[in-house]
Amino acid sequence: MEIPKSFLGYKRENGRAGTRNHVIILPVDDISNACAEAVANNIKGTIALPHSYGRLQFGADLELHFRTMIGTGKNPNVAAVIVIGIEPKWTKKIVDAIAETGKPVEGFHIERSGDIETIMKASKKAQEFSMWASEKQREECPLSDLWISVKCGESDTTSGLAANPTVGNLMDKLEPLGVHLCFGETSELTGAEKVCATRGATKEASDKFMKTWSAYNDFILKEATDDLSESQPTAGNIAGGLTTIEEKAFGNFQKIGTRKFVDVLEPAEEPKKGKGLYFMDTSSAAAECVTLQAAAGFNIHLFPTGQGNIIGNPIEPVIKLTANPLTVKTMKEHIDCDVSKLLSREMNMSQAGDELIKSMLRVANGRLTCAEALGHREFVMTKLYRSA
Amino acid sequence: MKNLAFIILNFSLYPLDIFMSQPDLIIHDEKDNVGVVVIETTKKGQDCSAWIMENDKTVKVPSTNDVPLGHKIALKDLKVGDTIFKYGHDIGKVVKEIKKGEHVHVHNVKTKKW
Repeated sequence: MEIPKSFLGYKRENGRAGTRNHVIILPVDDISNACAEAVANNIKGTIALPHSYGRLQFGADLELHFRTMIGTGKNPNVAAVIVIGIEPKWTKKIVDAIAETGKPVEGFHIERSGDIETIMKASKKAQEFSMWASEKQREECPLSDLWISVKCGESDTTSGLAANPTVGNLMDKLEPLGVHLCFGETSELTGAEKVCATRGATKEASDKFMKTWSAYNDFILKEATDDLSESQPTAGNIAGGLTTIEEKAFGNFQKIGTRKFVDVLEPAEEPKKGKGLYFMDTSSAAAECVTLQAAAGFNIHLFPTGQGNIIGNPIEPVIKLTANPLTVKTMKEHIDCDVSKLLSREMNMSQAGDELIKSMLRVANGRLTCAEALGHREFVMTKLYRSA
Repeated sequence: MKNLAFIILNFSLYPLDIFMSQPDLIIHDEKDNVGVVVIETTKKGQDCSAWIMENDKTVKVPSTNDVPLGHKIALKDLKVGDTIFKYGHDIGKVVKEIKKGEHVHVHNVKTKKW
């Protein structure tokens, strides 16, 4: 198949391109959710991103909170942002960082005004942003404007056999065309960590990966009560035939094809070394991982599943593929790309990769994903430890 | 004879893939000692055809139990302490003796990690 050289995206002020054109209402903290949701309810064409944290966090955990908030606002799938927090200082910090992209952003704080006045002021600005964004048109953008993140979930053995290698095939075909790629799931590479480390493009990248994996593994060993049974692998994984974390890890690892990663990113860290594949230190929980990848600037997501994970994200479209024929049959409304014919050998890996490229480009051009149509907007912050 | 010629002609018109029969099991690597069921379920006593992805060979493997889609079957006898290989890599250890053709899962295999 000849791979199209472009897609129809929204060109942003900073030179990036979006596959979506969201106006978001971003609460800085948990107690500002009500205000943010009221504004999104008032003004059509906006979405609120409620979450559970943002108070009394400190150190690396607070830095990650800011990185996630700011990165979400900066993502090219977002046209404009309203930030609402309880206090002025943290609100302004987020607004100022998002403003560096050149996109419209305005902050509101609730202290000394109360919810109702804040909702009124923020709604007026949100209306302005929503109507402004609604006039933005899709334009032809080079394929290299796609930043593709990947993460698998509710995996079973069909994931490692077929759906994950399909993603790997797509990576092998698209990386030479200049796209950015990102995989994560640090804990879920356990058992395959040494093989994964050999995929560092440089010794520095390999060493950084092993250091990151070891730190995560030490943390798990410290907190684990027994053998993590039903967490890694999950009960769903086990039902689907996966027996051990090592088996799950080698399946997971198929997603990067034959690619090598150029760098290892902190959670929600924006890649800075140009095009190519990056590894990001993330949890293996789907919504946490995708939220971090979206905050790093990735604008389209590929999500292979076995037993049928249903996750979506409010700003980054999540494309599901599966090779499990039972999942295709019983959870059809969640599957964007069916590659189950790989198991019956009615389709080969290259054909499956081409099908996925086609599905992805349709979504990049504007087709809703199953998760978007079903209203899945899981925005889940990663928290590193307890608040002060 | 005429029929045979017709069949041969027809064969040459299609990509070879179409004539590959659907496998019951897929094996990732020649080194593996387990295969994955890729049909809805195997039946007790079924003589399964298993396709090895790495070298494109097909081998026969018996199924001792009814084993559902996605679950693994032992390709040889395995004793306690043996390593299970899949993708050509170590994916865990045998904790209960397994005979060729038996279902391999959490009841007889455990992680070497965690």
